[in-house]
Amino acid sequence: MSRLDALPPWAAILVAAFVLLGALFAFVGSLGLLRLENFYQRVHAPTLGTTLGTFFMLAGSITCFSVLHGRPIFYEILIGVFLTLTTPITLMLLVRAALYRDREEGSQDVPQLTPKD
Amino acid sequence: MSHGLLGAAVIVAQILLLLAMSFSIIRMVRGPRAQDRVLALDALYVNAMLLLLTVGIRSGSLLYVEAGLIIALLGFAGTVALSKFLMRGQVIE
Repeated sequence: MSRLDALPPWAAILVAAFVLLGALFAFVGSLGLLRLENFYQRVHAPTLGTTLGTFFMLAGSITCFSVLHGRPIFYEILIGVFLTLTTPITLMLLVRAALYRDREEGSQDVPQLTPKD
Repeated sequence: MSHGLLGAAVIVAQILLLLAMSFSIIRMVRGPRAQDRVLALDALYVNAMLLLLTVGIRSGSLLYVEAGLIIALLGFAGTVALSKFLMRGQVIE
């Protein structure tokens, strides 16, 4: 905790707010993953943590290290860019796989392919 | 006073993220199907990366950001491979 004492009060309050907001979004996302009813509803919940949660946490990290080092440090943005690019890809692959498996089993909960497809 | 606030906020955030990780683990154990487990693993690595970022803020070291980047990379590769496996029954064909 010693190196953080160099932070001025406004930066400390800003970083605290960002970190708390980010953790709260990730928590709500995982709570949704636990509580929602079926797979296609559950897919939506964790993306709250990967988008807003990561955004606020990275904003807090950027603020903290930029003020601590006295120069702008932006390479945390790499994590944000990477997660923003990859989350839709992984979830699309996963949902396509889940839809395929449900159709193979003849489940009535998913729309079936019409014969002309 | 504001530094006590920052320390308390980081600890509360870490507790929230640990709870989020345990929710993901519960979902991964309970299932009910393979795609739910893969989804829970995806949420778990994102939460672990966020937890690592809060540890980095607490210790004031930039090394943890690079570790978070590596977790994001490997987690993406793992989830894509598992989804491919669920679709086809094999990863590389």
